[in-house]
Amino acid sequence: MKENNKHIILKTENLSIGYQSKKATSVVAQHINIELNQGELIGLVGANGIGKSTLLRTLTSIQQPIAGTIQLNDRHLEDYSAIELAKTMSLVLTEQLMSKNLSVFELIALGRQPYTNWVGNLSEYDLSVIHKAIDQTNLSELKHRKCFELSDGQLQKAMIARALAQDTNLIILDEPTTHLDMYHKAYILKLLQKLAKDTNKTILFSSHEIDLAIQLCDTMIVMTNHDIIIDSPCNLIEKSVFETLFPKDLISFDKSTGNFRVK
Amino acid sequence: MTNKKPTYSFLVLSILLLICFLANISLGTASIPIKEVFSSLLGVTDNYIIQNYRLPKAITAILVGSGLGISGLLMQTLFRNPLAGPFVLGISSGASLGVALVILGSGLFGGVFATALISKWTIVIAASLGSFLVLLAVLLVSSKVRDTMAILIIGLMFGSITAAMVSVLSYFSSAEQLQQYIFWGFGSLGNLSWNEVLIFFCIYLFGIGLTITSIKALNTFLLGENYAKSLGLNIKKSRLIIIVATSLLAGTITAFAGPIAFIGLAIPHMTRQLFNTSNHKILLPAVFLFGAVVMLICDSIAQLPTSDYTLPINAITSLIGAPVVVWLLVRKRKMVF
Repeated sequence: MKENNKHIILKTENLSIGYQSKKATSVVAQHINIELNQGELIGLVGANGIGKSTLLRTLTSIQQPIAGTIQLNDRHLEDYSAIELAKTMSLVLTEQLMSKNLSVFELIALGRQPYTNWVGNLSEYDLSVIHKAIDQTNLSELKHRKCFELSDGQLQKAMIARALAQDTNLIILDEPTTHLDMYHKAYILKLLQKLAKDTNKTILFSSHEIDLAIQLCDTMIVMTNHDIIIDSPCNLIEKSVFETLFPKDLISFDKSTGNFRVK
Repeated sequence: MTNKKPTYSFLVLSILLLICFLANISLGTASIPIKEVFSSLLGVTDNYIIQNYRLPKAITAILVGSGLGISGLLMQTLFRNPLAGPFVLGISSGASLGVALVILGSGLFGGVFATALISKWTIVIAASLGSFLVLLAVLLVSSKVRDTMAILIIGLMFGSITAAMVSVLSYFSSAEQLQQYIFWGFGSLGNLSWNEVLIFFCIYLFGIGLTITSIKALNTFLLGENYAKSLGLNIKKSRLIIIVATSLLAGTITAFAGPIAFIGLAIPHMTRQLFNTSNHKILLPAVFLFGAVVMLICDSIAQLPTSDYTLPINAITSLIGAPVVVWLLVRKRKMVF
């Protein structure tokens, strides 16, 4: 059930996503109607190649939708200027940093770029936001380390801190738990849950950690071949949505434990 | 490790620059005592050699060294490639083609290009036109291409096309013409009149100005293009400004001083190793100072003080510079990029 008193950050109507060229249009998914509420942690799950990345790329304005609309804070996404968008939505991507010679502090400080002057000087306020982001992600001991000295888990935390420093209502993360061990997968997702609660930001992430997402998310978006369903994890389990995620020959979903088992 | 302020290093480099500047003016075929250098620079005495030969040459060395270093830094950051230098966009090959057409082509075309017409200005104009045309082609293509790496390849391709055309031209040229062309390729910092230095300086300032406005964009590029875009950076515009700045700097330098190798590639690396940072707010002034210092030293050595010989500056920059880069990389065992 949707709570009506909550503010809707992002809303799509009849969205079709895919790739368009002069010759042909290939639709990856269509009739996407989702609403993301403020202060929620939302997990996006689905099989490989189902279009999770395409959906995230479309929601973040990296690529254009084929049809339908995306509304961010009740305004059309395409009406946002680059700077306005940067102040509303921050990203954590799977791509590698180009220079790992930055210190953790410098990396996080780059999150303030949309707010700083033409030469990028940090004001007192910028510094306070950066320090808050460092505290929220427990990075204060690492802040003077260079990025190439960090483990994958620490680097991911630093990237999340950078997104926090960008001070946006919405943070979108593309597979933030890849390359991490079991402990750090849980750690990162738990951190995201805490951040959503403490800062009232909306955090959307795509992941293959379905069992962790079921335990931690307020809402989940499940992409299958036929449908895109958004609901709370409990409702999704009740409606047997997770059973439709994968072909049934190898693994099956166990409703009582909330995870998948090998047959 | 920590964010220690690089003020100390800047102070040392600035003092070093001053010393090298004075030493460069003082040393040469005829050594001029430092005292004389001072009094002439301060306008107390008139020294013909200093005022019309040594001073413009020292200033040219500073402009060339810092300009090439900065354009190298710009290209390395833009292309995320430690092997990039100011000439990756084909600027130097364009200039070479322009000069080759004038010097070598004079035999082929005859008439208007009669050898007598080959003055220094003809060569400067030919070099500028050549690099400008290649640059224009690269810009046209790059406005259509999304991928920054593709621009790098396209620049290299234009470079090989022009280099091939120069080979064809040299095949049909006389020995004298070839010699003249090769001498241009050695590079030279001297022989610039005050008028030429002034024009050089104006274009240089414009290029530096564009670079300074790009500092923030350059730092954002350190995250990669998609992150830069998500931070509200207009990638295409910033990329264009950076390419124009590089072309102005590298193009004018090549036009006035010939295709000077190595400095543009090596100076940014040396600076990054010394300052251990990727922050362009520090790197840009550091590369400026360091490039100027290295070029002044190279020029002083090329003059072979107290002898009558002058070695090609292009050879000196590589002979001195390459071992230094190797030494820096081996000593730190890790490349800072």
